[in-house]
Amino acid sequence: MTRRKLVSSGVAAFSGVAGLTVAGRLAKQYGLVPPDGGGIYGPGHRLTYGVQKLLTGNALAREFPRSAISDRPFANGRPPKDENYLRMKEAGFVDWRLKVDGMVERPSSFSVAELKSFVPRTQITHLACEEGWSFIAEWMGVPLSAVLERVGVRRGAKYVMYFSIQPEWWDSVDIDEAVHPQTLVTYGMNGGELPVGHGGPVRMRVPRQLGYKSVKFVNRLTVTDSVKGFGKGMGSVAAEYGYSWYNGI
Amino acid sequence: MAEAAVGGSERHAGVVRWTHWVIALSFAALLVTGVEILISHPRFYWGETGNVRMEPLFTLPIPASRGSVPTGYRFVLEDQNSWSRSLHFQSAWLVFFTAVLYGFWGILQGHFRKNLAPGGGQGGDEWTYNTYQRVAYLSVVFVLFPLMFWTGLAMSPAFVAAFPFTVTVFGGQQSARTIHFFVTLALVVFVVGHVVMVYRAGFVKRTRAMITGRMKG
Repeated sequence: MTRRKLVSSGVAAFSGVAGLTVAGRLAKQYGLVPPDGGGIYGPGHRLTYGVQKLLTGNALAREFPRSAISDRPFANGRPPKDENYLRMKEAGFVDWRLKVDGMVERPSSFSVAELKSFVPRTQITHLACEEGWSFIAEWMGVPLSAVLERVGVRRGAKYVMYFSIQPEWWDSVDIDEAVHPQTLVTYGMNGGELPVGHGGPVRMRVPRQLGYKSVKFVNRLTVTDSVKGFGKGMGSVAAEYGYSWYNGI
Repeated sequence: MAEAAVGGSERHAGVVRWTHWVIALSFAALLVTGVEILISHPRFYWGETGNVRMEPLFTLPIPASRGSVPTGYRFVLEDQNSWSRSLHFQSAWLVFFTAVLYGFWGILQGHFRKNLAPGGGQGGDEWTYNTYQRVAYLSVVFVLFPLMFWTGLAMSPAFVAAFPFTVTVFGGQQSARTIHFFVTLALVVFVVGHVVMVYRAGFVKRTRAMITGRMKG
């Protein structure tokens, strides 16, 4: 190696390391670091989350005409089998409650009827599973932002966690995704009630991310400034299994 | 480094050698993890949507890693999607940065013009690529890899929210997924052909040249 090459490689390496350090600091400051940013796949998760968040901003997921609605949507997985759920289902879910707690001014609990009393939003969006299949449906629900407004989010909140009645199913979105107009607490599908196979009576719909972010049978929301206290602190059960917490890709 | 072409001190410039091996390794990771992801749903569709209740364009005659997919096999393979997806995207990032470096360097140093453009430079010895080889390399660099990234991003719900045309030009996300699969096939055919030719031209000599840059041991 010549002296000139050695010097220029040294300068390149130094500016590379310095650049990465600065980028890391800035990313942290602007909330561009995902909860699963550690470990061997941490660099990939950080890059994807940080870059996609910057690139996509507040862009709206594509919405489709009524004619694009899939005749045959696929309901993945099986509905819960626990007695509590089956009993509520038998009674038309009148006893279903969506609890909202954490960093909120007025911890609350909403029945399905109460959720329906909010101004509804309907949207025809694509649901794509990480496995590769997909369908398009019309979803009806209340924007999560409206629920959060009702309960009053405290300053410093960074994530909204959501929990399913199915044990060991919970996930979270950052606060920007939570207040995105298309992030819905969903109770209707294709003009009817949300079928049990698709997560009825209440599921999340996060159309800018893959299907596993749209957790079914949701009965609790928790607003928080850190996901550390939940499970292994990676933001979702999926992340604990090795899936990326952010799945806009 | 302009003297890197045949006749100079090195067969391949340092940038070519490094990016070659980083991309070769990443491609292997992408291929293995891509196959793992694929077997969770070895059916392909055209348009926006596709699922087991819909008519596929074609189905690969292989078992699947999810019980919900009808394959004709009585067993279900082990599901490896979680780490596969994470490694797939991390490797894609590595290829992206490496390819950008290679691309800019190649343009600035005249690498594509001198070494890969049909009819360009070099003195017709055994190290010179023929026209078919040049077209093959340029297709991989400027058509297949860009198309791979494009169709990959066209499957990203967040990316297409911001840039819808990336998916609408293909007619939908399932179309993009199907094209992603065929581009993979094309790249695998290229890699097989590439390795066979390296073998026939002298495996040790050619591989050494891509590791050390030297044409003689």
